[in-house]
Amino acid sequence: MTGVPVPYRVVARRPETADTVTLRLEPVGAALEDFAPGQFAMVHCFGRGEIPVSVSSVQATGGLAHTIRAVGAVSAGLCETQAGDVLGVRGPYGVGWEPERARGRDVVVVAGGIGLAPLRPLILRVLAEPVTYGRVNVLIGARTPADLMSRKEIERWPAAYTGVTVDRPDQEWRGDVGLVTTLLDRAEFTPTNTVAFVCGPEPMIRATARDLASRGVPRERIRVSLERNMRCATGHCGHCQLGPLLLCQAGPVVDWADAEHPLSVREL
Amino acid sequence: MSVTAAPAMIDRAGLDALVAALVAQGRTVIGPTVRDGAIVLAELDSAEALPFGWGVELDAGRYRLARRDDGAAFAHSAGPQSWKNFLHPARERLWSAERTPEGDVSFTAAEPAVPSYAFLGVRPCDLRAIAIQDRVLTGGRHTDSGYAGRRERALLIAVECTEPGATCFCVSTGGGPAADPGYDLALTETDGRFLVRVGSDEGAALLDRVPHRDAGPDAEETARDAVDAARERMGRALPPVDLRTLMGASLAAERWDDVAARCLTCGNCTMVCPTCFCTTTEEVTDLTGDHTERWQRWDSCFDLDFSYLHGGPVRSSPYSRYRQWLTHKLGTWHDQFGTSGCVGCGRCIAWCPAGIDITEEVAALDAERTARGTETD
Amino acid sequence: MPPSIALRMNHALPAEHRDRLLRVAREAHFPQDTRLFEEGGHADRFWILRDGTAALDLHVPGRRAPVVETLGVGDLVGWSWLYEPYVWQLGARTETPVRAFEFDAVAVRLMCLNDPEFGRAVEHWVGRVLAHRLQAARTRLLDLYGPYGSGGVR
Repeated sequence: MTGVPVPYRVVARRPETADTVTLRLEPVGAALEDFAPGQFAMVHCFGRGEIPVSVSSVQATGGLAHTIRAVGAVSAGLCETQAGDVLGVRGPYGVGWEPERARGRDVVVVAGGIGLAPLRPLILRVLAEPVTYGRVNVLIGARTPADLMSRKEIERWPAAYTGVTVDRPDQEWRGDVGLVTTLLDRAEFTPTNTVAFVCGPEPMIRATARDLASRGVPRERIRVSLERNMRCATGHCGHCQLGPLLLCQAGPVVDWADAEHPLSVREL
Repeated sequence: MSVTAAPAMIDRAGLDALVAALVAQGRTVIGPTVRDGAIVLAELDSAEALPFGWGVELDAGRYRLARRDDGAAFAHSAGPQSWKNFLHPARERLWSAERTPEGDVSFTAAEPAVPSYAFLGVRPCDLRAIAIQDRVLTGGRHTDSGYAGRRERALLIAVECTEPGATCFCVSTGGGPAADPGYDLALTETDGRFLVRVGSDEGAALLDRVPHRDAGPDAEETARDAVDAARERMGRALPPVDLRTLMGASLAAERWDDVAARCLTCGNCTMVCPTCFCTTTEEVTDLTGDHTERWQRWDSCFDLDFSYLHGGPVRSSPYSRYRQWLTHKLGTWHDQFGTSGCVGCGRCIAWCPAGIDITEEVAALDAERTARGTETD
Repeated sequence: MPPSIALRMNHALPAEHRDRLLRVAREAHFPQDTRLFEEGGHADRFWILRDGTAALDLHVPGRRAPVVETLGVGDLVGWSWLYEPYVWQLGARTETPVRAFEFDAVAVRLMCLNDPEFGRAVEHWVGRVLAHRLQAARTRLLDLYGPYGSGGVR
C-alpha cells in the first residue's frame, strides 16, 4: 500500500465541451506537494474508484484543476460532481513535461482533443517566461469547434504562432480544417533547436512525432504523453507497462526516442 | 552483520526445538506441509507437520505427491504456493473512506496485517524470488508499506536444494541449489540431520536456543557435495543465450502464434510464480453508500481487463498476453527493476493446465531467431 | 523532410521538370474570400500557393459550404485538371489574401503529352499529393478525438 488520498473540495465546475468538465479543487486540509506540469494525480470518486488525471492547472495556493472527460464509470462520476463536493486526491505522480529542458530553445506544443488540458500548465509556464524560452508555438487539433477547449483563453496566449484546426467545421467556423500536423508548416521554429511537447490520441502522437523528427527535431527533444491502464501510480501494480517502460514511473511524459519503438509494436 | 560462526549441526530433535523456539517467540511459523494432495505452505505448530518422507513428481502440467524411501523433510521442490502468498497477499485492504451527511469525506489508511513471520524451508530459488519482489515493491521511488512491514519482520530459514524436480531450471537462470545471502539461517538436509549456517545476528540468536554441535569439516563437505550434485540434476534448462536480447528481438516471432494456440490465458502461471507481483484495485462500498473501502488484489497480465483503456483492452489477443508475460519476465524486467524476473523454480511449468513449458518456448524463440539470422545472412 | 514539404512541387519534381513547369506559371493574387473554382466546373487551371490559405469546400443547399480541408503555403490547389473528365470535384475559396503560381491546365496537359517523361513526373507528383490527402482524410474519418480515441493521461 502506498499513498492514501487527501480530501479536496470542488470549488468550481466548468463544462468545457459536451462530455468534458474542468474541476477546480482546493485542499480541505493540508495540500499535497506541488504538481509539475504534466504530472498526474489519482483522483478518487467516492464509492466508484480512482483514475489517473493530469493537472490542467496548478495554483500557488495548493489548488489544482483537472479536466476530465466522461468515458467510464469513475470519470463519469467525477464529471457529475458539483461545487462543494469532496474528492480524494493522491499524488503528484510521474514524470511531467519538464519545460526546463526547453530553456533557450524554440517550443512547439501540439495538442489533440482533450490533450490540450495536460499541456495547459506547460504552455502557461513557457509563455510566462519569454526571456527563458525561444519562440513558442501552440498547435491545436480538435474534432469540431464545439469540442475545442479553452477557446477564449487560447486567443489571448501571446505565442509566436497559435494554430487551431478541426476535423469537422460547423457553420460558424472560419478557421483551418485538417490534421494538426499541417499546422507545423506554419509554425515558427528552428527544428534543431526546438523542444516539442505532444499530447493527444496515440495515432496523432505517432504522426506528429514522426513529422517533427523528419523536420530535424531530435527524437530526445520530442516529449510525448502516453496513457495505459493505471491502478497504483507507484510502480507496483504492473498495469501501465509499455514494453520496458513503467509509465507511472518513467512517464506519462517520455521522450519520443524511448516511445517510438514500443509504440510501433502492436498490442505491446 | 557480524556473523562469523562456524556451521552447526542439528538433528531431528534440534529441528523440533527450532520450530518450538520460533513459536515461543510468538512468531507465525510458515513451512511446507502435506495438504490436499500437495505440499503446501501453511502455518506450522511444530516440526511434526513437515512433510517427512514425501517427495513430488513433476512434469509439464503435472504435480503428484510421492512417498520417499527416506524420511527427508525437505526433499521436494516448489509447490503451488510461494512466500509471496504471505508477504504480498492475494487480497489486502489499502484504505477506507467515510462520508458524513454534510458531504465531508475522510480517508483512513488501513493498518496492514504485519505478523511476525518465520519462514521455514525457503528454497534458494524462492530466496532469490523474495529478493526480486523486494526490489519491485520496496526498491523504487515509492514503497509498498504493507509488504515492507511484513518483510522487515520476517525471519527466513532457507533450506538448500538437494532434490531438484523435473521442472527445475534455476541453474540456467543464474541461480543454483545453494542459498545466496539474505537468509537468517540456512539448512542443508543430509541423512536426517541438518547442517546450519548462520546469516544474521537474529539467526545466530535463534541457533543459540536450539541444541546443536559444531558441524565439522566432514559434515560440511557432505552437505556441499549434496548441493553440488543437485546442481547437475536440473530437470530443465533455459537456452544459454542473453535472454533479454532474445526477448527484445522476438516481439514479432511466429512462435507466439504457436503458444497462443495452446495457452488458455488462465493466469495460473502468474498466480504460482514467486515473482509475479501485479495487482489491481477494487472499490467496495457498504449498503449505506457512505463507507467505502479500497482493496488491492492479485491480478494477472493474462486477464483481458488488465490492459483495459477506455474503449477496450490494449492486449486483446492471447498472443500479446503470453508475449507480455514472457518478455516482461525475462526481458523488460531488467529495464524496470535491474534483474530478470525468473528464478527457475518451475512452478509455471508444473501448474500450467496446458503443459506449456517456459524453457521449451524460450528455446523455440531462440531457434526461430537463429533461423531468421541464417535467412538474412 | 515531412510529407507536407516533400510533396511541394519544388521538392517533388526533378529540377528540369520543375523549371519547365515554372516557365508556364503566372503570378496570381487573390483577395480574401475569392472563389477559385466551383464544384462541377471545368478544371482548366491549377495553383500552387505561395502565401495565404485556401479552403476546399462542398456545396450543400441551405447552409454555408462546409470546408473539407484547408490548404496552405506550398500546397497544390486542384488536381481534377489532370484526369478526365477534367471537372472539379470540390470547390475552392481563398481564406486569406492569396499569392499563387497559376497554371493553365490545357497547356500543362499538352506538355505532358509531348514529353512522356515530364508527364510521368507530374502524374507521380500529383498522385503522391492525392495519396497524402487520402491518408489525412482517412485519419480524420477515424474520429480520433472522439470519446474513445483521446490520449494522454486524462
